Amino acid sequence: MKTEIVETIPQEPERYELRETPTYRFEASRREFFKLLGSGLLVISALPNAQAVQESGTSKKPSSPDLLTDIAGWLHIGEGGTVSVFTGKAEMGQNIRTSLSQAVAEELHVRVDCIRMVMGDTQLTPFDMGTFGSRTTPVMNLQLRKVAAAALAALLDMAAAQWQVGHENLQAANGEIRHRETNRSISYAGLLKGREFTQTVPAEEKLTAPCSWKIAGQSTRKMDGRDFVTGKHRYPSDQKLPAMLHGKIVRQASFNASLVSADTGAAEKIPGVTVVRDGNFLGVTAADPATSARAANAIKVEWKSEPQLSNGGFLEALKKAARERAGGEPGYETGSVEDGLKNADHRLQQSYTVEYIAHAPLEPRAAVAEWSGENLTVWTGSQRPFGVRTELAEAFRIPESRVRVILPDTGSGYGGKHTGEAAIEAARLARAAKKPVKLVWTREEEFSWAYFRPGGLIEVTSGISKDGKITAWEFHNYNSGNAGIRSYYNIPNQRSVFHEVESPLRQGSYRGLAATANHFAREVHMNELAHAVGMDALEFRLKNLDNQRLRNVFTAGAEKFGWGKPKAANRGQGMGGGYEKLGNVATFVEVAVNPGTKVIKILRVVTAFECGAVVNPDGLRNQVEGANIMGLGGALFEAVQFENGRVLNGRFSKYRLPRFSDVPAIETVLLDRKDLRPVGAGEAPIVGIAPAISNAIFDAAGIRLRALPLLPGNMKLPPETGNKA
Amino acid sequence: MATVSKLNVNGSVRPINCDESVSLLSVLRDELDLTGSKYGCGEGQCGACTVWVDGLARRSCVLPVGAVRDKQVTTIEGLVKGEKLHPLQEAFLEEEAMQCAYCTSGMIMSGAALLRSNANPSEADIVTFMEGNVCRCGTHPRIIAAIRRAAKMMQGSPT
Repeated sequence: MKTEIVETIPQEPERYELRETPTYRFEASRREFFKLLGSGLLVISALPNAQAVQESGTSKKPSSPDLLTDIAGWLHIGEGGTVSVFTGKAEMGQNIRTSLSQAVAEELHVRVDCIRMVMGDTQLTPFDMGTFGSRTTPVMNLQLRKVAAAALAALLDMAAAQWQVGHENLQAANGEIRHRETNRSISYAGLLKGREFTQTVPAEEKLTAPCSWKIAGQSTRKMDGRDFVTGKHRYPSDQKLPAMLHGKIVRQASFNASLVSADTGAAEKIPGVTVVRDGNFLGVTAADPATSARAANAIKVEWKSEPQLSNGGFLEALKKAARERAGGEPGYETGSVEDGLKNADHRLQQSYTVEYIAHAPLEPRAAVAEWSGENLTVWTGSQRPFGVRTELAEAFRIPESRVRVILPDTGSGYGGKHTGEAAIEAARLARAAKKPVKLVWTREEEFSWAYFRPGGLIEVTSGISKDGKITAWEFHNYNSGNAGIRSYYNIPNQRSVFHEVESPLRQGSYRGLAATANHFAREVHMNELAHAVGMDALEFRLKNLDNQRLRNVFTAGAEKFGWGKPKAANRGQGMGGGYEKLGNVATFVEVAVNPGTKVIKILRVVTAFECGAVVNPDGLRNQVEGANIMGLGGALFEAVQFENGRVLNGRFSKYRLPRFSDVPAIETVLLDRKDLRPVGAGEAPIVGIAPAISNAIFDAAGIRLRALPLLPGNMKLPPETGNKA
Repeated sequence: MATVSKLNVNGSVRPINCDESVSLLSVLRDELDLTGSKYGCGEGQCGACTVWVDGLARRSCVLPVGAVRDKQVTTIEGLVKGEKLHPLQEAFLEEEAMQCAYCTSGMIMSGAALLRSNANPSEADIVTFMEGNVCRCGTHPRIIAAIRRAAKMMQGSPT
């Protein structure tokens, strides 16, 4: 009997994903909605209690019937027939503006272009904890489908009442309701004329099954695509207000430095310049960016800081923590690892490391802030608009009700924009200058003053029987995180522990988070075990894997890739896969090694991916391809070099990103499970590529690489010392 | 310091008042509100700021405005002819060659410049020409496909 991993959505946010608990109290009345949106039909989705805590930050009961709390989303159909859908989620390139529109259009039986998604505006949209953890599709998509289904039910009721007919012969299509017998029809807009009708979503709303989808499940093109190819779309860094000034921050000389003295005289003599000093905060405003940069440079400043670790020092600290098994938290444990090791025919102990890497979103942090009396409005790019609102309210000691955060569709985040640094800085400058202020971080600022994907050390101890059954598995992760730490292979005796280590850098979330490091260690170690017993890597995995959904992606990927077929000289093949954020992935890679120069070239990648019913096949392929290409960077050459509180390679000319010539042929196999509900795909597909490349390099060259990035020396294999398996 | 008082951009002469050392990107974005050209790195390494100067692709973030005072500048906003998109803009939509799309303006200005000089580029030609443009979301294969699609669309029609 094969067992499936139970599909639950973790209620606890992952380590590093959240820094503070949002306290939230939404206040809006039905009256205000109609005043804002005009008459029509308003459908409100209230959350079940458990989820309300997670997605809405509160489970407080409404204090009056007119006060809406615990709201997941809402939808308004205006007299003109426009469907406005409100969600606190953020669009940063995941294409959820499109996939959520498809979900609503499907259930409401309207064309997708009738839908206007209003997203990430703390005044207009319901509270949302943030756009992370691949939760938009499993949670918000489902909620908005329910809202849309409830809206349709209300419209059908209205039509039945208006025509004095039963429901059975009513049919909704393309924004109209038709009565088959009398062949009467009326548009949604016609039904709603002059009405102010409110509907809440019942707990159990019947939804269209994925096998009957007509709009969801299609490769709908990106909403507003034309605005993006013509340069018309205004990102956060493109916002402009009348009389707006441009800000510049004087940065600390190193991390955690404190301001000793600042001579601002020369800067203040420049016409139109305002200098703001508030504790450690030091910044300027001027009419244009060149003048603000000149003024910031003119400030003579002295900082004081303590000595801090470099890359090498941090690695030593990790090793020390590992020797002492320091800081371990109770993790996952089953059976007896000691017994499993005792009964094994082979035992293996190996260490794997990952360096700090940067998200490097192409749009750096940016904000425009405007004060109107004690009310603050900020346009910024963030994955957590409501979190940024909380940060602003706390920073300026004002109630959240006086802060509005607006999130124009943003130039990517990848887990790197959970925070509101630029928003706070712009707001501080704007308050002093008494005018709106725009602040756009430079690339160097983004590299140093954002946060990083944690570096770490992983130690694996395992035992295996002669016939290739894993008998014991002990897995310790030091600092890089616990996402995806638990093995999905069937191992009777396991222990997985995450150990917190003091980080020399500010660290936080990243696409897939620690799952990338944990999958790297696990999937390379799997190949080391297969090698120890002389088994094929795929056969070995399947022998130790019951989970049918994971088996499916490994076998589908292997088939497309041609696993096991003869390969050319100096070629190597490898795989890596797993389960993360409810998605199942298996990635296969072929590399070539140049026997003379020892340079590795990645030739092709095949990824099989399954995330339940597919909402937008082309959008999903785009995500899988993108995850592989982004994953190439962290796998092959990305690493933040730091020393004594400073980043040494914080520019694109020094920090290598994947470029066109790095990109291999990529094939994606989608397993569309119409019998399963859709889940997210932004993160899981990134976890397979790094171990697959390492395993392929071993196959090609006989060198086992256990440190990410694998080939920081310009794709050249390192000398074989100590690496030979 | 010498100032620049006008700029020929997208076929019209626009009055400006900028020091000649200010980057063309800043003039476009902050003075003329042409925000389609993006800031990505400020050192000509990512291509998000790519515009045409006298028809050739240039990185506007490292180009002082003084260097283009007598030249014709074309930005992404100038690529549309009336309501009609440039074939490469059409191709980007067809191939869904974007995710966050912050790199898209620069990708299109670079790709369209390539198509002006090479009407039928091979994949290797495209990779070489586009190497200086970064897409952090990883849509490179789609961008290559879009440029090839646009080349086919443009065959036989004047560019």
